[in-house]
Amino acid sequence: MTTLEVCDVAIRRGVRAVVEGVSFSTAPGELLAIMGVSGSGKTTVLRVVAGLDPIAAGTIDVGGVRLAPGHTPRGHTRRDLHRSVGIVFQFHHLFSHMNALDNVSLAPIHVLRRPRAEAVRRARELLDLLGVGGRAEAMPHELSGGEAQRVAIARALAVDPPVLLMDEPTASLDRARRDDLARTLTQLAAQGRTVIVATHDVDFARACAHRVVMLDEGRVVDEGSPELVLASRAFMAREPDREGPPRIE
Amino acid sequence: MLRFQRTRVLVIVLAASFLVQGAAAHAQIELRWGGDAEGGAPFVEADPRDPSRVVGFDVEVAELLARELGRVPRFVQVGFTSLDPSAARGDFDIGLSGIEDSPVRRARLAVTTPYYEFREILTVRQADRDRFRTLAELRGRRVATLGATLAYDLLVSAQAEHGLAVVTYEDDVHPYSDLALGRVDAVVLDYVLAERGVSRNAGLVNQDADLGVGYYVGVLAPGQTVLRDRIDDILRQAMRDGRLEAIFRRWDMWNEDQPRLYARVLAGESIEMVPAAAGTASPSTWEAVRRYLPALVRAAVITLILSCAAMALAVFIGVLIASGRVYGSRPLQAVLTGYVEVIRGTPLLLQLFVLYFGLASVVRLPAFVAALIGLGLNYAAYESEIYRSALQAVPQGQLDAARTLGFTDRQTLALVRGPQAFRLALAPMTNDFVALLKDSSLVSVITVVELTKQTSIFAANIGSWVVPGALCAALYLALSLPLARLARRIEKGWQPR
Repeated sequence: MTTLEVCDVAIRRGVRAVVEGVSFSTAPGELLAIMGVSGSGKTTVLRVVAGLDPIAAGTIDVGGVRLAPGHTPRGHTRRDLHRSVGIVFQFHHLFSHMNALDNVSLAPIHVLRRPRAEAVRRARELLDLLGVGGRAEAMPHELSGGEAQRVAIARALAVDPPVLLMDEPTASLDRARRDDLARTLTQLAAQGRTVIVATHDVDFARACAHRVVMLDEGRVVDEGSPELVLASRAFMAREPDREGPPRIE
Repeated sequence: MLRFQRTRVLVIVLAASFLVQGAAAHAQIELRWGGDAEGGAPFVEADPRDPSRVVGFDVEVAELLARELGRVPRFVQVGFTSLDPSAARGDFDIGLSGIEDSPVRRARLAVTTPYYEFREILTVRQADRDRFRTLAELRGRRVATLGATLAYDLLVSAQAEHGLAVVTYEDDVHPYSDLALGRVDAVVLDYVLAERGVSRNAGLVNQDADLGVGYYVGVLAPGQTVLRDRIDDILRQAMRDGRLEAIFRRWDMWNEDQPRLYARVLAGESIEMVPAAAGTASPSTWEAVRRYLPALVRAAVITLILSCAAMALAVFIGVLIASGRVYGSRPLQAVLTGYVEVIRGTPLLLQLFVLYFGLASVVRLPAFVAALIGLGLNYAAYESEIYRSALQAVPQGQLDAARTLGFTDRQTLALVRGPQAFRLALAPMTNDFVALLKDSSLVSVITVVELTKQTSIFAANIGSWVVPGALCAALYLALSLPLARLARRIEKGWQPR
């Protein structure tokens, strides 16, 4: 059983192909890391899966929706897609005019038509669960990077998508926070959710990913368990100066 | 007589040609005489056959005076309502443009002997001929006149006595056209103007009864009494030898009132105005303030209500235009862009004229409604630009986040993009509101008496801008400062807490 099937996908910016022939799939409860150096196409792939950019070729099947080339999903397709796929952006993009609690409860109220009281109660639960319950009334600009990220995760989880995408989640975290995040994502996967993380943080991928898809210049160059892919000759050849775990602060 | 209908181009051509003529005639001593060519015939108007010349009975009177003084006449264009202060400043030697004698003028300026007598009369629609014969019969009705005239003073007294509503115009053409359209129920002006009003608009009739008698005079700077006395001698001589009569006969204005006036002038009688003079003895400054302040405050309330309502309309339409320009189809975007460019590229004054007078044959808007719509539609164009740029300034990341949470475009606009854009738009909006408050003064041209108009009437009546100007400024500040403060508070409330 797959939750996401990416098949021979190409993505273009103007006439330039930025992703070519990419295929991979995920299962429920799987934590997949899409890896590669900057510019390899990780974020681009996440954005097309989230329906934010169109694909030029291939297909993407997710939650009963098929994304076809040409344009971003519209109407029912778009609504069904966003019931199935949530995303946490690298820079979080919390709604800047409302506090953390409102950020989390907004979509359940207006998209899922849940009663306000229930949506707020559930939002508080999620914030508590992610360790930022005490920051519910804070505005986004008052949150630290780690807090904002956890609020953003809570916001994405509030509509309960079976597939959760995360773009460079460790970029703004120190080591302790990174370990916390790894535990959180592992728990989410253990609950049956598919978690797809675009990252170039090797240690983070080692710590929590079940599988790694390695991208280079928009193509899949390796795929498999973190132990195999991250120890492979191809990987070491791309990062020759690598000594010990990378520090991305 | 077309104070506004006549194109301003003519006036500019006139002014330019007189400049050239003025330079050529510099060697000779000039008699600079001030008048308003927008006032039109028979007073002063650009010659239809040669717009670089002016013609009219006042032009001929000026030529007569210049000839007798051994000077060369030179016309100086001055707006009708600015003639008094301009005379006081010495912008010209004498003002001649159908200027009415009044105690205020006599107190502030050197005024010549009267050279023409006119009667104030009532003009009504044919159908109302037997219904509205006197001011008393016009209780609760709208009666039009020209601001800052004897007729206006007459009506202000009647307003208190008979409970009629005075509607003031900047010109003497539109009172009659609006009477024909049914926007007002009567017009009170001198019969020279009334005759023309009736001849130009079908279905109007002048009532016989006189409401008052007035006189045309020349005005000079207060210190120019020697020149004034010389001019009085010339006028008296011209009354004796029939040269004034010849001028008025040429302009078809001669009647049996004039010989009587001339006889009284030549006999040295003092000429009193009847009965308009009764209520207009030159008041002291404080008396004037006391008399006019209630009207100024009422006008300020009209300014405030008009500005608030127009701003609400501008915001509503501005939001629709901005949304259409950001989210609409290409043809819709093109149409809305066209609207914004046309509105921004043409003067508000012109838009008000078109809305009120231009469209009168299609839709007869009440003055206040036309003012509200005119200001609202004009400011909507500016507001829409603020909202459009504010909408486009909301970061794409915010929109991406909303999209991936499953919001529709409409929900995204209402819940995320709109509120964030509003915060960005609030400061420029406050600016626009204060600007609108002041631009609302332009609606006086379509007969809405708001603060500035009331002030200019006040100033014309007491012959000075100092006190009325200060009061008017104080009232505008009293309106705009709390608005700015309120806007700052709202702005603060919308900032991230």
